[in-house]
Amino acid sequence: MTEPLVRIANVRKRFGRETALDNVSLEFARGAFTVLLGPSGSGKTTLLNVLGGFLEPDDGEVVIDGQDMRGLPPAVRPTTTVFQDYALFPHMTVGANVGFGLRMRGDGRTARDEKAREALKLVGLEEAFGRRPHQLSGGQRQRVALARALVVEPKVLLLDEPLGALDLKLRRQMQDELKILQKRIGTTFVHVTHDQEEAMALADTIVVMNRGRIEDAGTPERVYAHPASYFTAGFMGEVTSFGGETLGGGLVATPVGRVRITGAAAAGQRVRLALRPEAMTIGPAGPGSQSLGDLRVAEVVFQGASKRILGKLGPASAPIPAIVRADAASSVSEGDVLPVSMLPGALLVYPEAE
Amino acid sequence: MMARRPTDILAGAYALAIYTFIFLPVAVLVLFSLQATLFPVPPFTGPSLKWYQAVLTDERLTGALANSLIVATISSFLSVLLGFLAAYGLARFTLPAGRAVRALMTAPLSVSYLVIGMGLLILLNAIGMPKSLSSAGLGHVVINLPLCFAILYSQMGQHQANIERAARDLGASEWQVLVLVTAPMLWPALFASFFLSMTFSWDEFVIAFLLTRFETTLPVEIWALLRSGLNPKTNAIGSLVFIVSIVLVVVLEAVVLRRRR
Repeated sequence: MTEPLVRIANVRKRFGRETALDNVSLEFARGAFTVLLGPSGSGKTTLLNVLGGFLEPDDGEVVIDGQDMRGLPPAVRPTTTVFQDYALFPHMTVGANVGFGLRMRGDGRTARDEKAREALKLVGLEEAFGRRPHQLSGGQRQRVALARALVVEPKVLLLDEPLGALDLKLRRQMQDELKILQKRIGTTFVHVTHDQEEAMALADTIVVMNRGRIEDAGTPERVYAHPASYFTAGFMGEVTSFGGETLGGGLVATPVGRVRITGAAAAGQRVRLALRPEAMTIGPAGPGSQSLGDLRVAEVVFQGASKRILGKLGPASAPIPAIVRADAASSVSEGDVLPVSMLPGALLVYPEAE
Repeated sequence: MMARRPTDILAGAYALAIYTFIFLPVAVLVLFSLQATLFPVPPFTGPSLKWYQAVLTDERLTGALANSLIVATISSFLSVLLGFLAAYGLARFTLPAGRAVRALMTAPLSVSYLVIGMGLLILLNAIGMPKSLSSAGLGHVVINLPLCFAILYSQMGQHQANIERAARDLGASEWQVLVLVTAPMLWPALFASFFLSMTFSWDEFVIAFLLTRFETTLPVEIWALLRSGLNPKTNAIGSLVFIVSIVLVVVLEAVVLRRRR
C-alpha cells in the first residue's frame, strides 16, 4: 500500500516563547515501527502528544487513515498510548485495567474479559488477570499497559518512553519482545526514546529530532552510517570530528592532512568531518585507505568484544579528541603513539554550521 | 540487657506525666459515669449502668444524639463532595487566578469557629433564614470544606493526572473519568476527609450553639444539661460522645493506614 497511514504536515507548536515543534512534516507507513529519537526538549514527546490528541498543534495538519484529526479528543482518535509511568488504574484488577477501553466502548462483561485475557496472553501475562497493579513488577506493569492499549485495536499505538523506567537488562529484553509483538500483530507503532541503541534495535524508521525540527529520517542502517546532519552523526553514536576546507577535486585540507571525500564540493568551503570509531584502524594506511597521522593514546577501555581507545590526533597545539575501536586482542596501552588510518568512503562530510 | 540510664527514666516519667495529664480527665469522666449514687465525686460507689439507662431513655438527649449524627453525616458528605470537585477543578485545569482561588478556598481554616458562627448568624438573619439544624450543618460545611479540599488537592498529583489521561485515551468521557477513575483512585483520601469531617462536626459546639434553636445537636444539649449542675448523667453522655469519637478515629486509622501499607 503506498498511501501512508499517518501524515503530519507543517505542524507547529509553541509553549510561550519556546518552540516545541517547528514546521514538522512526516509520514508513517501502515504497519511500520517508527522511533522518534532525540535529546530531552527536542520535541519528540510533544509530537507524540499531538498525534494522540493530548495537545492541539498551533498550525499544520495531522491525518490518520484519511481522517483529519483536527479538534478530535484522544477518546475518539484511532490511537492509544503507553505511558512511561504506565498509568495503570491502581484500584482495578489487571483484567479490569485491560478491559477498560472495551468497557468504554460498551462491550459486555464476558466479551471484554475474554478479549482482555487474550491481550494478556499476547504479552505473556495471562496469569495476572485477577491481580492488582501494585502486586506486579515494573516489567509486568509495562506489559499490562501494552495489553490495555492494544486490546482496543488502535490503528496507531503511541509509546512514550515505555522502557525508560526499567533497568538495562530488562529494557533490552523488552525491546526484543516489543519488536516481535509488533511484527506479529502488524499494528503501526510510534515509539519515543532518547536511547539511540533502543531506537536502532526497534525501528523500521528512525526519526531524529532536535530543537523541534526533524534532523534525519530513515532506516537505522542509513541513519547510523550516513547521517543527514552533523547533529545526527553525533547523536547516533560516537564520532571523531574535525574541521576542514575543501580544495576542489574531492580533496579537503584538515589538521590531520589532506583527505579525499566522495562527492564533489566547490573549493574554499568550510566543512565539518566526522568518523565513526569502527571506521578507523590502527596501523599505517594500506592500499585504498588513508592515513590520519599519529594517535596519542590517552585511555584504553576494555569492553569485552572490543577495546575503546581514546586519544588525540593532529598537531599538539590543536589536538583533536579521537575515539577508535580496536580488536579486543590488540595490545594498545596508554601513552602509545600509533599510526591511524581510515577506511575509504567512511568519512562523513557536513557543511560547517555558521 | 542494657542498663537504664537516668535520662531514659526521666523521659519515661515525662511521657507518663503527659499522658496522665491528657487522659486523666477522660478516665475520671468515664469512671464516674458508672457511679451508683447521685453525685459524680469520690468516693466511687459503682459500678452501675443506671446513668446510661437514664441517658438512653431521655428523649431530648437521644434526639440530640440522632440530630448530631444526621448533621455530621450530611455536612461531611457535602464537604467531601464539594471539596473533591473544587480540588479536581483547581488541580486539573488552568483557571484565571487559580492560585488566589486556592488560597481563598483554604483561608477559612485559619478563622475561628466563633467568627464563622457569628458571620453565618448575621447572614442568615439578614436573608431571613431561621435557625435550624440545616443552618448548623451549613456552618459545618463551611469549616470542613477547606480541610477536605486541602487533603484531596494534595492527592491529585501528576501521576494521577496521567492515569486520568490514560482513561480519556481509552475512550472515557470527562464524567466517566471522574466517577470510574479519579474518585475510586482517591478513595483512601476521600474516606479520610469524610471521617475527619465527621469527628469535627460531631463535637462542634460554638457554631451549633449559635445557629440552632429548638432542635439542636448533642454538644449544645450537653451544655444545657451542665447548666443545671453536675451529675453522673452528664458523665455518661460525655462518655458516649467520647466513645463515638474514638470509634471514628479507629475506623479512620484502620482503613487509611491499612491502605498505606
